[in-house]
Amino acid sequence: MSKKKVHLFKETKLAELIAGDRKLLQLLPRFGIGLGFGDRSIEEVCRMNNVSADLFLILCEIYVDSGFKPDPDELKRIDMSGLLPYLRASHQYYLDERFPHLEEHLQRIIEACGPKYGPMLSHFYEEYKKEVMRHIKFYEEEVVFPYIEALLKGQHTDSYRIDEFEHNHTNIQDVLDDMMNILLKYLPGDILPKERIEISLDIMELSDDLNRHSVIEDHILIPYVESLENALP
Amino acid sequence: MRNRVIICEASEIIANGLAEVIDSMAQFDVVARIESPEHLNEKITASDANLAIINPLLLGYQNKEFINQLGKEFPNLAIIALETSYLDHSILSPYSGVIEITDTRSKIISKMNEFSQSEATKKDDVELSKREVDVLVAVAKGMMNKEIADLMNISIHTVISHRKNITRKTGIKSVSGLTVYALLNNLIDESDLL
Repeated sequence: MSKKKVHLFKETKLAELIAGDRKLLQLLPRFGIGLGFGDRSIEEVCRMNNVSADLFLILCEIYVDSGFKPDPDELKRIDMSGLLPYLRASHQYYLDERFPHLEEHLQRIIEACGPKYGPMLSHFYEEYKKEVMRHIKFYEEEVVFPYIEALLKGQHTDSYRIDEFEHNHTNIQDVLDDMMNILLKYLPGDILPKERIEISLDIMELSDDLNRHSVIEDHILIPYVESLENALP
Repeated sequence: MRNRVIICEASEIIANGLAEVIDSMAQFDVVARIESPEHLNEKITASDANLAIINPLLLGYQNKEFINQLGKEFPNLAIIALETSYLDHSILSPYSGVIEITDTRSKIISKMNEFSQSEATKKDDVELSKREVDVLVAVAKGMMNKEIADLMNISIHTVISHRKNITRKTGIKSVSGLTVYALLNNLIDESDLL
């Protein structure tokens, strides 16, 4: 486990921040920050990309320290306009890149399992995928986010309130962990072991990522939307 | 199963130092750190910790009562004292182990391994019991807790406790995962799933 601590200051060079914790690299595309940032500081790079450095740092903090919970008072001082685009970009990354990647590996394992175990594994994954799509795509992207966007435009709707938010990521992570246990512990050992190790490493990474993603939604997005709701006339 | 550790210590220096040693061990994760015992119970539930390291000085006069109560509420929790200054034996007796401030890194590591093992032996076998297999099969077939309780003539509470044990032993939490587990172990077959 690499738990090298990074100190998160705006004056730190972006490259140093990433050298301290490589997980942070995956945040850049979600913020629309391109590569080639040279030796610029976090603050400079954020300014060049129209990203709030405070928001960027607080999300980095969540990725660096699994126990970190942002301070609600501090959140009130942060420009949140980049939050929704960030979350949408994360969703897109999960749905368009991570899950298809996982599926590709899994498909080979399913084929190698033959008729005895293949269909049930395939069924297990398909059900899981449906659940992921239902939550991320059909719920968050199509119900919650449009609601927030309407709020931001000052539009008042009675159809939804953020306190109804479904915290469904736990379930999404549980099944992902189950998938890893099945692949490592319970499928017969001789079926594509290399592939299974590789996919398990990917699953651990994704599970970690989703875990931070739900911290962001629960501890940043929800308080933010609550404050928007309270500001309505 | 990985050990999930919660540290309750007021000094940040001590808590962080201890957390660093524990996190460096493969089987252990520090899942929460708190400065006072006020919300300890909630934190244990939320973080699903199985090992709590607590500085008895934080509990004052309520030490014994607090620790006994905690043990009752979380029967699978190993409760370890963090002794930062000399404490009388009577204060340490309700705890199942002691880490001393003067312990070296390797001493702490060997103690942590010991604590987690005594915890593992306290729990029964890793094999599923006959009753647990019955519950697992019913869950895999898609039955609800209430239906399982009626079928097996046991209370819902007992069904839930069997399900917890099944998850602890297999490492699998979701119904769909348990179904795959049951199929792989030939406890059910595809035709049962209609």
